[in-house]
Amino acid sequence: MSPADTAKPAKAASKPAAKPAVKAASKAKSKPKAKTAAIKTRKAVAPKIKAAQNLDIADHQETVGKSFSDNAKMTMRNINVYYGDKQAIYDVSIDIAKNEVMAMIGPSGCGKSTFLRTLNRMNDTVEVCRVEGDICMDGENLYAPKLDVVELRARVGMVFQKPNPFPKSIYENVAYGPKIHGLADSRVDLDEIVENSLRKASLWEEVKERLHQPGTGLSGGQQQRLCIARAIAVSPEVILMDEPCSALDPIATAKIEELIEELSENFTIAIVTHSMQQAARVSHRTAYFHLGKLIEVNPTEQVFTMPQHQLTEAYITGRFG
Amino acid sequence: MNKSVDNLSKIKRSLTRRNRAEARFQWYGRVAIFIGLAAVAVLFIDIIGKGHGAFQATYINLNVSYDQELLGIENLSDPEQLVMGNWDALPKLALREKFTDVSGRRDKRRLYGLLSNGAGFDLKDRLLANPQLLNTTESIWLLADDDIDTYYKSWLDGEAYAARLSDKQVVWIDQLHEQGLIHLQLNSNLFTRGDSREPEQAGIRGAVMGSLLTLVLTLMLSFPIGVSAAIYLEEFAPKNKWTDFIEVNINNLAAVPSIIFGLLGLAIFINFFHVPRSVPIVGGLVLTLMTLPTIIITSRAAIKSVPPSIREAALGMGASKFQMVLHHVLPLALPGMLTGAIIGMAQALGETAPLLMIGMVAFIVDIPGSFTDPATVLPVQIFLWADSPERAFIEKTSAAIMVLLTFLIIMNTSAVWLRKRLERRW
Amino acid sequence: MQATNILILLFGFGALAFYLGRGRSLAIAAPLGGIRKLHSLPSYYGMHTAFWCALPSLILLALWMIFDEPVINSIVIGAAATDIAPSDTASYNLLLNKIGNLADGVLPRAGQSGSLIAAADHMIYLREISRWSLTLLALVFSAAGLFLGLSRIASGFRARPAVEKVMQNLLLACACLAIFTTLGIVLSVLFESIQFFRSVPVTDFVFGLDWSPQTAIREDQVGSSGSFGAVPLFVGTLLVSAVAMVVAVPIGLMSAIYLAEYASKRVRTVAKPALEVLAGIPTVVYGFFAALTVAPFLRDLGSSFGLTVSSESALAAGGVMGVMIIPFISSLADDVITAVPQSMRDGSLAMGATHSETVRRVVIPAALPGIVGGIMLAVSRAIGETMIVVMAAGMAAKLTANPLDSVTTVTVQIVTLLTGDQEFDSPKTLAAFALGLMLFIVTLLLNIFALHIVKKYREQYE
Repeated sequence: MSPADTAKPAKAASKPAAKPAVKAASKAKSKPKAKTAAIKTRKAVAPKIKAAQNLDIADHQETVGKSFSDNAKMTMRNINVYYGDKQAIYDVSIDIAKNEVMAMIGPSGCGKSTFLRTLNRMNDTVEVCRVEGDICMDGENLYAPKLDVVELRARVGMVFQKPNPFPKSIYENVAYGPKIHGLADSRVDLDEIVENSLRKASLWEEVKERLHQPGTGLSGGQQQRLCIARAIAVSPEVILMDEPCSALDPIATAKIEELIEELSENFTIAIVTHSMQQAARVSHRTAYFHLGKLIEVNPTEQVFTMPQHQLTEAYITGRFG
Repeated sequence: MNKSVDNLSKIKRSLTRRNRAEARFQWYGRVAIFIGLAAVAVLFIDIIGKGHGAFQATYINLNVSYDQELLGIENLSDPEQLVMGNWDALPKLALREKFTDVSGRRDKRRLYGLLSNGAGFDLKDRLLANPQLLNTTESIWLLADDDIDTYYKSWLDGEAYAARLSDKQVVWIDQLHEQGLIHLQLNSNLFTRGDSREPEQAGIRGAVMGSLLTLVLTLMLSFPIGVSAAIYLEEFAPKNKWTDFIEVNINNLAAVPSIIFGLLGLAIFINFFHVPRSVPIVGGLVLTLMTLPTIIITSRAAIKSVPPSIREAALGMGASKFQMVLHHVLPLALPGMLTGAIIGMAQALGETAPLLMIGMVAFIVDIPGSFTDPATVLPVQIFLWADSPERAFIEKTSAAIMVLLTFLIIMNTSAVWLRKRLERRW
Repeated sequence: MQATNILILLFGFGALAFYLGRGRSLAIAAPLGGIRKLHSLPSYYGMHTAFWCALPSLILLALWMIFDEPVINSIVIGAAATDIAPSDTASYNLLLNKIGNLADGVLPRAGQSGSLIAAADHMIYLREISRWSLTLLALVFSAAGLFLGLSRIASGFRARPAVEKVMQNLLLACACLAIFTTLGIVLSVLFESIQFFRSVPVTDFVFGLDWSPQTAIREDQVGSSGSFGAVPLFVGTLLVSAVAMVVAVPIGLMSAIYLAEYASKRVRTVAKPALEVLAGIPTVVYGFFAALTVAPFLRDLGSSFGLTVSSESALAAGGVMGVMIIPFISSLADDVITAVPQSMRDGSLAMGATHSETVRRVVIPAALPGIVGGIMLAVSRAIGETMIVVMAAGMAAKLTANPLDSVTTVTVQIVTLLTGDQEFDSPKTLAAFALGLMLFIVTLLLNIFALHIVKKYREQYE
């Protein structure tokens, strides 16, 4: 603090509106108490904040844009995620609408993957990870103690960054889900599920002749589509994609993107991506994460043409990433 | 949408069964670990239960008179007379004087059977150490026979084992006990004597010394050779077929049954080079060949863990490759190598089978003092005692096992400690 | 002079040569302007001289010790009087033993034939000559080496590379010891086995159903007519190993799975080392435990169910051996299971598979090659295990597959045939080497195959 400030502490305190930075910082500290209040007042506060925006994340207080939807498939409220003592996600609230493709973008380490993994509780496999807040799908709390993650994960499928086919045949890879869940009543049923899934994943034509060869023998792009086929074989309601194209070449990427578009007719999709172009091409709405905070959610077109928040703008214009 | 609802109901139906299967699977794991840990516990409890008694021995208090005439000795400093002396007569006389009512040859023999037949020699040692005792009488605790020892200990524990005793002997022991003339005291013989046919006189000193000599030789040979081989393979070896062949050989030797090394020792060292049988030299050589692979493999791992940046820094200063290895890599890898050496030595200390092949299984009373004295080692001593029919040897065997395990535990914990203490994180 | 004394002397000379060489290099350097003018540090010149002084003599000493005896022996036998000249290999060895014992003074000379005593004296004489000439030659070699080494020292002489070259070759020699060991095993076992197969046909040995080597040394039988059909031993070995595997594989595998997949960090840090205690216990302790605790327990347990369990049953020996092998399998399996990439597990869990479904259908199949390799190593260990079976299994060769019965194994027979004082060349002792050969071949194949699988597996996920 400057000497002048120390000399007149009373004056500084009496004019909080003039010092938004201080206010935001003090509010962040008293977060647990202020949490509920903050949600209620968010919409009212949002426009005012834009005036105070700068690139310092400590000043960020509220998510700007349209985080919520009337036709929500999944609703997340006040999500905080911790790895041991370290907090990875700060107070994120967002909806994902039915049959929508929601893209999550942001610089690396911003928590978007962590957030995605909370949606089907894949974070359970990390011992030190702790999730706070409410995540609901069709009004049902996913973190309710008596909810079975097996059922949840059958309903919320996931595709990973690196293609991870099992060391089995292509057929067995796709049939794995239906088999463990007992979805097929007969061999014919199973064959049908496998074929449909592979077709939906636009892979059928390429592999129908060699269904019983190992899935690890396919090219990277084919492997990733195999993983998508594997995920949709159990007919999930939501598909989570964690940078599904980051390990692929541009042609394979184009195919997957095409596929995502087709899939959005039947499924709700949340996709984390590193590439802004990809988000622009495939998604309906885009959420921008920064250092574990959700900065802005808006229709994709708007995010990429006139972002509401300075941080978003800085990111999409390439000032950091 | 319809289909997914249908699927959901199917999944829901399968959940109970699958969760039960999950729980069952976890229980299999827990049970497996429990069985493993229970085996450790049972083993230790069994051994300690059987062996703790051996650290005490039964002694009987008698009035011994060192009668010069009875001994037939005129001069205590004359070794020939000492050998000829009738030392056994001393404890026998003392026993007869204690139980005056015993008569008849058989009863007398049973009476003499109360004491160890080494009691006379113990008295000789005492008299030689204190010559002024000659022609005096003193009350002294004398070592009891092993059957008496077994009976007395089991009787104290409440389940008397009298199978090898006559009724009269039992009565005599009762009398002695009432008079407080029989008791248990620390069995120092166990640690100060060599092997013996008589369980109460047998000790592990000889075997421990044999193990020590063998291990010293093994360490002296295998550590430098193993470390040199590891340095060559990690730092100097060209990547070619020959190096691969050496590697395959080392890995295989690590898995060759130890008894094969015994055959090797028998055929090469004993039959070809005519190294004498049963001596620590040949044992050390065989164990060296056996522990080498372990030491080479752990030393290589230790060398590998030294980061390349250190090597580059040394070479960048203009050091030769040898200087780099000697001045930089070796000191950093040494803790890991020492750990490997300790583990290898622990392996060698517990090894029995190859030593049987090269004759270290002989019955040796004398305590070995050099690498060329016939010797046996602790595990072989355990094997020999375990094979002996006398019941008292079970106790001795278990005690020897406890000593062996103590050594092994010390070595292994020191290896772990060393690794923790000196390990560097890069 | 004894070889050990020469050895000590040579080391002394080496140390002396070091100081001389170092001193000389310093002396050369002083007028030139200090050791900076030398190519290498003075101690390298010292080492160079020491190598020249000691190494040739050491090599001479080693060669001498190897060839000394055979040469002397053949000279003695060649010069021996005709009345004791041997007719075949067996009597050759016998004669040699006798002469050697006479020469060592182990056998009293009284009552021996004159030609034998003459041969013994001849041997003593030759040994004396050999010893003195070795001493003399070694001294000459070192002195010559010392002077040669000293004379080569000059300011431009590249001592360090020369020294390092020698040291590198010494390191190589150490590494090659592994090969010599393998070679030694193969040669020693093979050589004696071939001798054995001269008297007992290979087919009789490998396919014969009757094993009773004891009859071979009975006086009223022809020397080598004991039956050496090893099939009962092979069956016994397999039976004991099978019992061990039945105990060790499920328990070892399940504990590895539990520790790798389910156990919390705290449980892991306690349970893992505790299990590994089992691996550190010497086999003789297991043998004692099997023979004195487990076997009587099983016998009593059996009789309470009306079963006759032999007090040396394969079950007791195999069961305890299985306990010994648990940590071996569990740590190997633990390694391969943790090497399966987490992304595999994630893929399966994200499909809604339960943890056990993931383990059974994805992790284990992925880790299978490594697990199979580990189990094969464990089998090879069980087959070669000696002390437990020596102490807890039987001696009598019985052809049975009943684990409650007593069987004998290959290793037990090797030990029984070779302990005690036997004539070394009798078929009975040679049979032990033939068994050793079988054991070595089988375990070697298992090891090579298993190590290969495990290595391939590791590379796959690296």
